[in-house]
Amino acid sequence: MTWTSIFIAGFITYLTRMAMITLIDKDFFNENFRKILNYVPSVVFPSIIFPGIFLDDYGTLVTITDPKIYGALTAVFVGFFSRNVILTIASGLASYWFLIFVF
Amino acid sequence: MLSKFQIFKIGFFDVAPHLLSVIPFGIIFGAIGIELGFDPIMTYATSLIIFGGASQIVFLQLLSGGASSLIAITSVGVINSRHLLYGAVLSRYLDKLSLIKKLFISYFIVDQGFAVSNVYLKKNSEQSFNYYHLMGSGIILWFCWQIATIIGIFLGSIVPEELGLKFAIPLTFIAIIINELRKLDHLIVMIVSGLAAIFFYNAPFKSYILISPIIGLLAAFLILKFKK
Repeated sequence: MTWTSIFIAGFITYLTRMAMITLIDKDFFNENFRKILNYVPSVVFPSIIFPGIFLDDYGTLVTITDPKIYGALTAVFVGFFSRNVILTIASGLASYWFLIFVF
Repeated sequence: MLSKFQIFKIGFFDVAPHLLSVIPFGIIFGAIGIELGFDPIMTYATSLIIFGGASQIVFLQLLSGGASSLIAITSVGVINSRHLLYGAVLSRYLDKLSLIKKLFISYFIVDQGFAVSNVYLKKNSEQSFNYYHLMGSGIILWFCWQIATIIGIFLGSIVPEELGLKFAIPLTFIAIIINELRKLDHLIVMIVSGLAAIFFYNAPFKSYILISPIIGLLAAFLILKFKK
């Protein structure tokens, strides 16, 4: 039963990956829609980022003193000025750990 | 002109920093699968067959918690529906490829790979073989995810929970969109989708992951209208 579920879930996931790529031809979207598609990274990733920072494991809002908030702010600040992926992630983690382990 | 292999390598190196979060996440996933009582082969099979980090965790958690298969499968479908958006964006760059190549590349489309390759493809849309960037980023992410899952399965939670490495996930996504923060319209759209995600977080089947991008795209639509 579990195996069947894994295969069905995998098949559906694969469908989500291949559907648009194989079924849509170049002229399917008009220019306006394509402009909206430019925003896809800016709508999908914050939908993962915000809950990861502002909610705990149980889906409740964290308090304003939560180290995740300050880790994220550090990452945004460093990333904005450095434009460097590793520095962004590392500075976020470092400040987060600093708050957890030192304070 | 860059060769296919050179472009593949650029894809590889562009996505490499994100392995910083992908590998620990894979190890954590492998360990969670075993902890939840699934056998090693089954846990690993989800990495091979589903290949979608967050959805795999939710899938095993739901099944082990006694949820019906239908609920577990639906949740995976909803969480992974964001690939439809990625596909819609990428379709224009992959347009000329044969069906077989499209079907092959599709399997490797994941968040981080999509994000870095989308930037590259946008800049180099006329370059031939530019899709090798997507293969480079996708295949290395796939490979590391498989290995990390196996490490997690056999070594268990070698990543101490106190480190809170789950937090590396939002950080890696911050790094992905940081350059868009410079544009006011993108910033507004990000805040709208982020707040929507928090608001709808407890909606059934993790559907916030589908609802909040749609709300964000509506905001983008309004901004574009307003700009004209």
